[in-house]
Amino acid sequence: MRRLKDLIEHRLSRRSVLTGTAAAAMLVTAGAIAPGHADDVNTTGLAVTEDTVKVGILHSVTGTMAISETGSVQAEKLAIEQINAMGGVLGRKIEYIQEDGGSDWPTFAEKAKKLLVSDKVAAVFGCWTSASRKAVLPVFEQYNGMLYYPTFYEGLEQSPNVIYTGQEATQQILAGIDWVAKEKGAKSFYLLGSDYIWPRTSNKIARKHIEKLGMKVVGEEYYPLGHTQFNSVINKIKLKKPDVIYAIVVGGSNVAFYKQLKAAGIDMTKEKPVLLTISVTEDEIRGIGGENIEGAYAAMKYFQSLDNENNKEFVSAFKEMWGDEIVIGDVTQAAYLGPWLWKAAVEKAGSFDIDKVRLASPGIELTTAPEGYVRVHENHHLWSKTRIGLAKPDGQYELVYETADLMEPDPFPEGYQ
Amino acid sequence: MFADYTWTELGSIFAMQGFAGLILFSVFVLMALGLAIIFGQMGVINMAHGEFMILGAYVTYLCSNFVEAFVPALFGVYFFFAMILAFFTAGALGALVEWSMIRHLYRRPLDTLLATWGLSLILQQAYRSIFGAREVGVTLPDWLLGSVPLTDIIEIPINGIFVMVLTLVIAVSVYFLMFRSRTGMQSRAVVQNRVMAGAVGINTEKVDRMTFALGCGIAGVAGSAFTMIGSTGPTAGQLYIVDTFLIVVFGGAASLLGTIASSFAISQAQSTMEFFLSGSMAKVLTLLTVVGILMLRPEGLFSAKIRR
Repeated sequence: MRRLKDLIEHRLSRRSVLTGTAAAAMLVTAGAIAPGHADDVNTTGLAVTEDTVKVGILHSVTGTMAISETGSVQAEKLAIEQINAMGGVLGRKIEYIQEDGGSDWPTFAEKAKKLLVSDKVAAVFGCWTSASRKAVLPVFEQYNGMLYYPTFYEGLEQSPNVIYTGQEATQQILAGIDWVAKEKGAKSFYLLGSDYIWPRTSNKIARKHIEKLGMKVVGEEYYPLGHTQFNSVINKIKLKKPDVIYAIVVGGSNVAFYKQLKAAGIDMTKEKPVLLTISVTEDEIRGIGGENIEGAYAAMKYFQSLDNENNKEFVSAFKEMWGDEIVIGDVTQAAYLGPWLWKAAVEKAGSFDIDKVRLASPGIELTTAPEGYVRVHENHHLWSKTRIGLAKPDGQYELVYETADLMEPDPFPEGYQ
Repeated sequence: MFADYTWTELGSIFAMQGFAGLILFSVFVLMALGLAIIFGQMGVINMAHGEFMILGAYVTYLCSNFVEAFVPALFGVYFFFAMILAFFTAGALGALVEWSMIRHLYRRPLDTLLATWGLSLILQQAYRSIFGAREVGVTLPDWLLGSVPLTDIIEIPINGIFVMVLTLVIAVSVYFLMFRSRTGMQSRAVVQNRVMAGAVGINTEKVDRMTFALGCGIAGVAGSAFTMIGSTGPTAGQLYIVDTFLIVVFGGAASLLGTIASSFAISQAQSTMEFFLSGSMAKVLTLLTVVGILMLRPEGLFSAKIRR
């Protein structure tokens, strides 16, 4: 009996949150086209009926990447539930089919094919690592699917079948370096990263930009994924005394790196060195421990602590659904945008057809995004602001700077490749 | 690369670097000892070693939460209880695994590889279901954080010293247990000749179980200690398993001394090369050297001279 009561209260309070969001979201899609007959809005045989439409969620819930991808799955489910609560897309409730990529790239490709070919889903929200995206890309292009990809990544890609809801490298990197040069008077940088495509490409862009601004890179290094001993590189950093430690370490290595940095007496709360990262979101800080990373700066587009109405509603709805303990990082927020952007594009096109959705996508804007306002660029990436956050001991970032304008996504930066 | 620095700076950095090498050495010994006992003494290839370590880490995590919530006064010293508890939890699970799985496979050593690999997958998924897929943060008492500044540049990490002392204590205890106690003598007797050992009245099954549990228990302590320097997540054990096997095989599987010698060689080589080259390059060169030496000495650095 108690359980039932809890359940009812739970549903009710969630609904009240939802109506708020719903009302706001209606503004975006004002003038939505009245729902048409299933054959009219779906000429290519997608899984659309008179009152439902099927989409896919494709993330790793097992294996190493489950740590990172869990948040994205939760965000996408929340968005889908909210959209359904306000009447669905073109009058059709969204039903999702969730597949597990198992942190294994060929599995991702196989599951993507299953979603597109057997399930005929109208859109897929998924992938996290660049490797998994590269693995599914040929599948999406061959079978003409639509993928909403949430992670900030290295750029150098633009597919007609992918909408990139995270930032590409230049958006994240250039603003961060400009800020640290201007506000912290930085002259020298030590670049450090895990050894794979994203950190290496990002550091290439960073190095170009640093040198263009007349500053110096005093060291650049990569460590294998899963590396757990950073004492040697920390000594090198101490010897070279850079103004900025620019770190793109990922996964379990992250935890080891920050714990050992702190243990070696590098105090990030002091004036120098400044630690700037583009790879540590609130999600990662949970593993690292707020006290170990206090004083570091992160350059990304979203922090859980952002003080605006959209974000407050988003955070409380998220906690309502997934528990009070949860933290929300940059990628989680970007994943949340996926279903909303898709809904807006479908309603603009008045059709679920992939080709029509693709044509409708550029120019789609969301005023209800937790990060503020975003707009889809011709190149399928998002215009968004870049923000700098200061890590606090409680594991949250405090916003210290945001770009005045939206940063233009530029996946193929000239002279930076 | 050193032209721009004064001698004091260079001296300090080399002192720090030497210390970094020693910490790495301790970490390697700590993670390899348990495996060396199981692999070297019993011939069981325990692929789930990393997961036993992570069990220790999760026990520490639970302890820290428990103590923080109920007896905050003891927070400063909870780490010691946590390590002891980690030892017994991992040891108990080890004994259970030996009883239910390993003892049926002593005559099929390659099958233990598959069985324990399966076990490692089961444990990973169990951690994921119980503790969630995300990494957990273990709160440490303040005195374990930070460093002792000796000079402007030389700063000694406290957790590094802690790991070194712990390694010493455990290595010495293992030495006495294996080479100076009755249990150890029985365990070595069983390894050398199971049938004869049984014939002179040693309960070989019990000895096997004890040895396996001991190895797992030490893995648990190692995992508990590593919450200070690494991550605690369902798959974090995988980060250690390759290095661990490398050390044990390189040292000569049957020799505990060999494990220590190979930890020393690999840690020093790696930390020196990491300093002069880049991290990935250092790893490649270390692995190449190990492969080269193993081609010349397939038995590893220290091979046991026993007629089999």
